[in-house]
Amino acid sequence: MKRKNLSIKTIVAIGIGSAVFAILGRFAAIPTGVPNTNFDTSYGFLALMAVVFGPIAGGLIGLIGHALKDAIFYGTPWWSWVIVSGIVGFLIGLVSKKINIEAGSFTVKQIILFNVVQIIVQAIGWFGIAPTLDVLIYAEPVNKVYIQGLVAGGLNMVTVAVLGTLLLSIYAKSRSQSGSLTKDV
Amino acid sequence: MAVEMLSYIERHSPVHRLTGVTKLICFMIWSSIAMLTYDTRVLTFLFLVSIGVFIISKVKLREVAFVLLFILFFLMINNLAIYVFSPQEGVRIYGTSHVLVDIGGGRYSLTLEQLFYQFNVTLKYFTVIPAAILFIVTTNPSEFAASLNRIGVSYRISYAVALALRYIPDIQRDFRNISMSQQARGIDMSRKEKLPKRIKNAASIIIPLILSSLDKIEIISNAMELRGFGKNKKRTWYRARPFQKIDIITIILFVLILIVSLYVTFHDGNRFYNPFS
Repeated sequence: MKRKNLSIKTIVAIGIGSAVFAILGRFAAIPTGVPNTNFDTSYGFLALMAVVFGPIAGGLIGLIGHALKDAIFYGTPWWSWVIVSGIVGFLIGLVSKKINIEAGSFTVKQIILFNVVQIIVQAIGWFGIAPTLDVLIYAEPVNKVYIQGLVAGGLNMVTVAVLGTLLLSIYAKSRSQSGSLTKDV
Repeated sequence: MAVEMLSYIERHSPVHRLTGVTKLICFMIWSSIAMLTYDTRVLTFLFLVSIGVFIISKVKLREVAFVLLFILFFLMINNLAIYVFSPQEGVRIYGTSHVLVDIGGGRYSLTLEQLFYQFNVTLKYFTVIPAAILFIVTTNPSEFAASLNRIGVSYRISYAVALALRYIPDIQRDFRNISMSQQARGIDMSRKEKLPKRIKNAASIIIPLILSSLDKIEIISNAMELRGFGKNKKRTWYRARPFQKIDIITIILFVLILIVSLYVTFHDGNRFYNPFS
C-alpha cells in the first residue's frame, strides 16, 4: 500500500461497506440450527464490494465489518473468524481484475469464474483457516470446530453463489455499458 | 423497536478519562493474554481485575445487560456443543480421567477433567467480555479512530473505521425503513415464513439497502474530495487527546500483567494449568 494511496472512493467504500456488512450480519442473517452458524447474507454483499472495489477494500470490509459487528452487537470480537472474513474478502477481490464490472457486463463466463474463485477461496477460509485458528486460539474440540466450519462455509458458498451473483448482475446492469454510445452521423 | 447495541456511554470516571490510545493498547494486550493463556490461575486473576475495572468505570450492569444475556446464551449453547462433539476433550488435555457420572462406561461419561476444561473455556470468555464491553462503551468513536491512527494504522483506514462507526446507526435505520415498507407489501422476513421463501424475501430488503448504500458512497466521497481529504501525509484529529501521567502508568501496569501472565502460563511448558497431576 506504500506505493499507492487508497483513493477516497475506496476509503468511503470501506467505511460504508463495513457498516452495511455489520448491519446485514446482525439483522439479515437467518439461523440454521447448528450453534453459531447462520445463513449469512452479509457475505453476498462482501463479495459484491470485493469485486467492485478490489482486494484491499474487500479485505478491510471483511475485517472491520466483522470485528465491529461482533463488538457492537455481541460484546466481543471472535478473532479467528474475523480474520477469515478479511482473507475471504481480499481473495475474492483479486478476481476484480478479471471482471470489469464497471464496464456494465457480467457475462456467463465471468459468472462461472467468479463462482469458482469464491468457492475455492471460501473452502480455504472456512474449512481450513477458521477451524485451525479456533483450535489454536480457543483450544476447542477439533471435530466441533470443523463441523461448524463446514456448515458455515458451505452456507456462505451458497449465499455468495446465489446472492453475490444476483447482486453483481444487478450492479452491472446499473452501470452504463462501455461502447453503448453510438455517434450520429 | 430500536434493537439494542453497544455504544459510547458518557460518564465521569477514571476509565473514561484515559485516552483512547491507552484503552486501545490495553484492550489489545488484554485480548492477547486471554487468547494465549489457558491457565486457570491467570484467567481467574484477569477476570477479577476486569470486574474491578468495570466497577471503577461506573458503567451500570443494566446498561449492558442485553449483550450479557446474549453472550450467556451463546456460551451455554457453545458448551453444550463442545460436550456433544467431544465429551472426553478434558481427559485428552489433562491426561487423567476421574469419572464422576458413569454413563454406560462410554464416551459420554462425565469426567472431572471435562468439567474443568469447559469451566476454563467459559472463564476464557469471561475475561475478555467485560474488557471488550468496557472498551466499547467508554471510548468515544471519533477518539477511537484517532487512536488507531496514533498506534500506526494509516489515517485513511482509521477514517474508514470512523465512517463505519458513524454510519452504522444510519444504515440500521435505513434497514428498518426498507424492511417495514416491504412488510407493508406483505414481504415477511421473520421466522413465520419457510426458509426458501424467507431467503427470497430477505433479498428484496437487502437489494434496495445495498443500492442506496452505494449511492451514499458516491455522495460522501464527492464531499470528501471537495474538502481535499487525503491531500497531505498527515491529518489531525479533533478528538485526539495528549497523554497524561495516568495513561503511562496504566500502560506500564498492563505490560507488567502481560509479562507475568505469560510467565506463569508458560513456565511449565504448557498453556494449560493442570491440577490433576
